[in-house]
Amino acid sequence: MSTPPSSRGIGERLQHWLPRLVLSPSFVLVLFFVYGFILWSTWISFSNSGMLPDYTWAGTRQWSRLWSSWTWGIALHNIWVFGLLYIVSCTVLGLLLAILLDQRIRAEGTLRTIYLYPMALSFIVTGTAWQWFLNPGLGLERTMHSLGWESFSFNWLIDANMAIYTVVIAAVWQATGFIMAMFLAGLRGIDGEMIKAAQIDGAPTWKIYGRIIIPQLRPVFLSAIVVLAHLAIKSFDLIVAMTGGGPGNATAVPATFMYSYAFSRNEMGIASASAVFMLAVIAALIIPYLYSELREPRS
Amino acid sequence: MSAGSIVARRNTLARALLYAVLAVFAILYLMPLYVMLVTSFKPLEEIHQGNMLALPEEWTFAPWREAWGSACIGLECSGVHGYFFNSIRIVVPAVLISGLLGAFNGYVLTKWRFRGHKVVFGLILFSCFIPFQIVLLPMARVLGILHIANSTTGLVLVHIVYGIGFTTLFFRNFYESFPDELVRAAKLDGAGFFTIFFRILLPASIPIIVVTIIWQFTNVWNDFLFGVSFTSGDSAPITVALNNLVNSSTGVKAYNVNMAAAMVAAVPTLIVYILAGKYFLRGLMSGSVKG
Repeated sequence: MSTPPSSRGIGERLQHWLPRLVLSPSFVLVLFFVYGFILWSTWISFSNSGMLPDYTWAGTRQWSRLWSSWTWGIALHNIWVFGLLYIVSCTVLGLLLAILLDQRIRAEGTLRTIYLYPMALSFIVTGTAWQWFLNPGLGLERTMHSLGWESFSFNWLIDANMAIYTVVIAAVWQATGFIMAMFLAGLRGIDGEMIKAAQIDGAPTWKIYGRIIIPQLRPVFLSAIVVLAHLAIKSFDLIVAMTGGGPGNATAVPATFMYSYAFSRNEMGIASASAVFMLAVIAALIIPYLYSELREPRS
Repeated sequence: MSAGSIVARRNTLARALLYAVLAVFAILYLMPLYVMLVTSFKPLEEIHQGNMLALPEEWTFAPWREAWGSACIGLECSGVHGYFFNSIRIVVPAVLISGLLGAFNGYVLTKWRFRGHKVVFGLILFSCFIPFQIVLLPMARVLGILHIANSTTGLVLVHIVYGIGFTTLFFRNFYESFPDELVRAAKLDGAGFFTIFFRILLPASIPIIVVTIIWQFTNVWNDFLFGVSFTSGDSAPITVALNNLVNSSTGVKAYNVNMAAAMVAAVPTLIVYILAGKYFLRGLMSGSVKG
């Protein structure tokens, strides 16, 4: 490797450049289709583009139109409510299931498979199933009536104030098993010595969990929250399949907002501004996380 | 002695409770799938009677036949089977090509490092996490310019490009722990770049190949955003067809047909999950836990 280039034969020089040559198609694709596109979308968000791209500089016109949009306000409010409930519920339920499963359960493998399978499904399938399940006319409500609970009422799916919570329910159902698996892996990696010592001291189980085990799961909490936040911001499929963003605009989120401005309303400028905003939020979350993960010295 | 037995009794009670809670959760998790399945085998009149939890009084395969071959999606009344095959036409090349590229990238980024390899990896890795909304509009234009808009070929390209990040991550992390000594010894013996890859690393890569294929297969099969943005009509993948079928507002809703169609869309990834759940989980975890 240290021989100066002049004394090397052509074959050797090829060997020297070959690895980079093999990597370059992927790298060029990523540079163009990811970073080039990001630049393009950012430029469009500062332009006059409507139905067609128009590269004349328009300053922050599209951005102020975005921020004064009523629907965008709803979308931001919804993603905040949805994201918070989704992250908290998945983390709490996932941790609970992992702790329960970590008690030398006989059917652990089967139960794990059952809790995790929704993660293999498409959001469209999940949305279709839950839309039917929660259907006010024929689903859960009707079933409860036919089982004798006449006063049971559950019409969140068509209630503008409650519809977003039905999406939370379906999303939590889909992702909890995955978060459980992350916590389970974390629990299995904890050093048993301290736990044994605490048990000998007669500490009650809940105290061992609260004081020793859960604090050691901090990195798993961090990963789980990053993964869930990232899934939440990208949520599009599930909302389209379950509520279509409705009733009205009640369950609009930034992803559905962007899609409708890009492809139905032909407002490329606003659509791009909303996409850039989504990217900025995710980048603020992911870059520090990736940086800390990659920087660590490897053994 | 009595103290011990009290503890033991409390423990049996506690364990019974533990199993009960786990069982309740298991039922909750299985419920939507169960309801989907039984609904898909019921005639429509039975659905309108209520109780979605009941087993069909009269089992019928008609909803499945209709979903597969004759349900109306848009103006076309030939079921989801065409879209199912579209998805297969998209998934197979997208998975193979992005997997191969990822394997080479991982190999170069661990065994043939050059100055700046970390930056290159970081840039590729970040592409896994971008919200795809940022690429929808420019991609729609590029696909138009390349004359592959509204085609499965276009979606293959899209899934390759945005799959490279994950496949590179998988192979890079896997080859990171592959012993350097073996590679160094082979280099000393005069083995070249490709020889080392195909003779030494690839044969040892079966587990990560399985993880990558399962991950990419699931992701591409379940994709909806790219499908709905870049295709319409005949060239749409199954997820888009399912959504169009379920959420079209015309006519009487045939819930049994909708559920059968949802099952058709779900079955391939469910089979993969049931057969290779361990690898599926490994893909999920390496996509989130360690960079």
